[in-house]
Amino acid sequence: MPISDRVRKLRQQSLDARETLSSERAELLTEFYAQASNLVSTPVQRARSFATLMEHKSIYIGTGELIVGEKGSAPKVAPTYPELCCHSLEDLDILDSREKTSFKVDAHTRQAYADTVIPFWQGRSLRELLFLEMTDEWKAAYEAGIFTEFMEQRAPGHTVLDGKIYHTGMLDFIARIDKSLEGLDFLNDPQAYSKQEELKAMRITAQALIRFGERHAEEARCQAHTENDPIRRLELEKIAEICTHVPANAPRDFWEALQYYWFVHLGVTTELNTWDSFCPGHLDRHLEPFFQKGLETSEVSADFRSLAEELLHCFWIKFNNQPAPPKVGVTAAESGTYTDFAQINIGGLLADGSDGISDVSYLLLDVIEDMRLLQPSSSIQVSKKNPDRFVKRAAKIIRTGFGQPSIFNADMVVQEMVRVGKSLPDARDGGTSGCVETGAFGKEAYILTGYFNIPKILELALHNGLDPRTGQQLGPQSGDPAHFAAFEDLYTAFEQQMRTFIDIKIKGNNLIEQLYATYMPAPFLSLLVDDCILKGKDYHSGGPRYDSSYIQGVGMGTITDCLSAIKEHVFEKNDLSMPQMLTMLEADFEGFERQRQLLLNKTPRYGNDDPRADDLLVRVFETYYGLIEGRPNTRGGRYHINLLPTTCHIYFGSVTGATPDGRQAWTPLSEGISPVQGADRHGPTAVLKSAARMDHVRTGGTLLNQKFTPQLLKDEDGLNKLVQLVRSYFKLDGHHIQFNVVDAETLRLAQKNPARYRDLIVRVAGYSDYFCDLSLALQEEIIARTEHQEF
Amino acid sequence: MLNGIVFDIKKYSINDGPGIRTTIFLKGCPLRCWWCHNPESQASQPQVIFRPNRCDLCGACLEACEHSALSWGLNGPLTDRAVCESCGACAQVCYAEARQLVGRQMSLPEVMAEIKQDIPFYDESGGGVTLSGGEPLFQKEFSLEILKACHKQDIHTVLDTCGYASWQIIEQAVPFVDLFLYDLKVIDAGKHKQYTGLSNECILVNLQGLSRLGVNVLVRIPVIPGVNDDDQEMQQIGEFLSALPNPPPLELLAYHNIAAAKYAGLDTEYALPDLKPPAFEHIQTLAARLRGFDLSVKA
Repeated sequence: MPISDRVRKLRQQSLDARETLSSERAELLTEFYAQASNLVSTPVQRARSFATLMEHKSIYIGTGELIVGEKGSAPKVAPTYPELCCHSLEDLDILDSREKTSFKVDAHTRQAYADTVIPFWQGRSLRELLFLEMTDEWKAAYEAGIFTEFMEQRAPGHTVLDGKIYHTGMLDFIARIDKSLEGLDFLNDPQAYSKQEELKAMRITAQALIRFGERHAEEARCQAHTENDPIRRLELEKIAEICTHVPANAPRDFWEALQYYWFVHLGVTTELNTWDSFCPGHLDRHLEPFFQKGLETSEVSADFRSLAEELLHCFWIKFNNQPAPPKVGVTAAESGTYTDFAQINIGGLLADGSDGISDVSYLLLDVIEDMRLLQPSSSIQVSKKNPDRFVKRAAKIIRTGFGQPSIFNADMVVQEMVRVGKSLPDARDGGTSGCVETGAFGKEAYILTGYFNIPKILELALHNGLDPRTGQQLGPQSGDPAHFAAFEDLYTAFEQQMRTFIDIKIKGNNLIEQLYATYMPAPFLSLLVDDCILKGKDYHSGGPRYDSSYIQGVGMGTITDCLSAIKEHVFEKNDLSMPQMLTMLEADFEGFERQRQLLLNKTPRYGNDDPRADDLLVRVFETYYGLIEGRPNTRGGRYHINLLPTTCHIYFGSVTGATPDGRQAWTPLSEGISPVQGADRHGPTAVLKSAARMDHVRTGGTLLNQKFTPQLLKDEDGLNKLVQLVRSYFKLDGHHIQFNVVDAETLRLAQKNPARYRDLIVRVAGYSDYFCDLSLALQEEIIARTEHQEF
Repeated sequence: MLNGIVFDIKKYSINDGPGIRTTIFLKGCPLRCWWCHNPESQASQPQVIFRPNRCDLCGACLEACEHSALSWGLNGPLTDRAVCESCGACAQVCYAEARQLVGRQMSLPEVMAEIKQDIPFYDESGGGVTLSGGEPLFQKEFSLEILKACHKQDIHTVLDTCGYASWQIIEQAVPFVDLFLYDLKVIDAGKHKQYTGLSNECILVNLQGLSRLGVNVLVRIPVIPGVNDDDQEMQQIGEFLSALPNPPPLELLAYHNIAAAKYAGLDTEYALPDLKPPAFEHIQTLAARLRGFDLSVKA
């Protein structure tokens, strides 16, 4: 679809703007807390601080904007959250100067931090309390890179909105809150007071958001007065009218719906820097009624359509304007990205079980293709009831090679949720967020607590509980591996180590959950999530209808190949002894290249539809699942597993020495549930069969990446086969798949490092082949073609 | 138990028939086409192929060879093909997989087990199995057994053939083949002999026979510059195909200079080292010309 000049400029502005750290929020919050009364309950205090931010933070309406509001003072300006994690001056310097994901820190910000923010928050931030409360064993494991901790500088979030805001204004929410307040039973309910405080807090935040809208209306009116361009003046007046109506009232049309959501988005992400991915979820189904109404009521339906497109373009740019909050320390290393994982869901099933594809679904796909922005990310939710043409339309975007949209099995996502006790309509109104995580939108706190380094566990088992990187005895003495008589002995040690560290992780999580419940209630987020208002409870304290906690397993491919290598070579073929294996690992294979090749090439490996390897994958899955699934969290919910890495496989790799699968020390682990880079030699169908050996329904999400070259998808036939490949995987109960349609640059890397790209398939002439098996001349030729073919 | 010699099994094969397929490459071929892109398929017995870019120069192959066929060259081990017995001992110890034995004995159940692994993908895509080579009918009993076994399991079958076989064999295969991918190079018998080593008489007769039976045939023409891409050749191909009882659809496949490294790895000479692939536009012109014979042409 055509992109207007306005959108082109706004998009370019978003791309060009430099990520900048702003002290505005920190300063406002410091001022508030410095004067705050002590005789106020924590939720109300938090709500008042939120109201202060909504009343005083700077308002930004950029030239030509149709959707208004920024988290910072301008696009790409990021606030900080010193109550959670107070950056030191050194942190600010690092953020300003580091090569990757840097944030500009200007003199004012640095000064404000030095003069007021740091002096006030030092010794008061939640992060400091958290590390104070943590046990030595937790800290040792954390520092060794056995697991990470999501909440050490970002609040638990991981929730996505359902459709309620599109028919509920903030005034309606206030009415609901008042009803709950009226119903409080101080005679019989011992929690009546805490409920009252929580509800009062919610009420304050709802009013605060209305005020935030009004302030935008005022700014728009103000700009309209001085605007010379009559067309823009009308637009600004319209914006003022919209911001007066929403968020106070439910939206009446398409434009108001988008603007309302955006105010809510800013509210949630200003209240706390919630991990991850707060987003509108099923945007197509939420917008569909407004879109149809717009078509029906506008005089020229084509005009409405192009307005709707332009509004969506502007909406997309808004997401791209928000870099993830600047992180420090390990957390920056474990996911070094500006992306904050908003994932718009398209398609799937409606709550009544019918096909959720509408005109807006296709419209959103057009927008994704037009915008080519990293944020918001997007996914298609594919149910067997959704038509192939929908998947194929998405495949056409995928082949342009920017990795969007990712593809989910909507039927499986529903099944996953129903398995853990969610109602069928709630499950169908749910979907996926962040990378691949399943949740009941608008009704669930599904909190990711941290990544878990599974190959590192084996490393400990191979060293009797000692971390060879630091020489520290981290785990229990699970036995000297040189004395293991059988593979089972090793596996028992592996299980023992895993149990130890899962327990340590969960103990830590339980404490952290309570810290947030006690000190950091989120009344604004709470009023948006069922059934917090009904229960009078906070999002962090069991208010949501569903409460899940996840520990995300990383390195399934690596651990499978490691176990397979030990089983095959040490215990079955006996061509290597355990002491030999350990010597090689210690030497990082220096002087053992031939044996490393044996491990790499003569071992049954995951991703080849080979049961010898895949059985081990299933076994590790069951062990991990068995140790986590169903354990209670502190919010009345349960633990579940999911298997995804974001970019943590790089960080975990960097703390894990050489591994028995031939992987060299400090190099990345396998990502998601994808095979080790280059281990899969039998094409995508074999990978999908292997991956489907796990029981995805018992997870809250798995992540599978596949690399394709553009040639494989260049024609209709190639696209159709991609659709069929996806459908087949989903018939086998796969949860998610995404395709990297690789560019020439990657092919160049593959040339330099063929061992890591052995799974890369290219279309050659009338057939397809592994890129690395081709002659140099042909590789060059394909690279030339790829460059030629870029869209 | 009947065994065959298979030199490769490719899954997610998406260019050799409908849907997502598994292609079984069988070793051995009667023809010796100058442009053959699978030179390792020609001989019927296993051969060792060498890929120098994988070799880490460990020397294990030299120690393992009991026939003294290997010696150190400037850039790695050299194979004396006159002495090499293709026993595969060198490949066995080559952990880096620089030396590999192309072609392995497989039983029918082994091949069927591999085929059956991808049934979910055939079901979804309308795919199945393609027998290719080499010339699959060169291992006629084995090929026939695979085709029969597939049909018994309701798996769609494609036979990718050069057509050089006795009619009797082809006729036996017909009931178990859902689609023939039939290679046609040139019509002129002398030219055919020059470039492939054998006359094409039976190839043309067999194609006529299949056409008469009305079975599904897709004729595939590799367009080799200087060999069959001139007006005269296209004229003859067009006339021949349009005169068949049931003129088949056809597909033009552009020659590709992809196999040079494989020839080197087998220590055999490549007859067309400098031939450039035909231009896309040229293929389109040829396709248009053939469409003039009222043929359905994909290019």
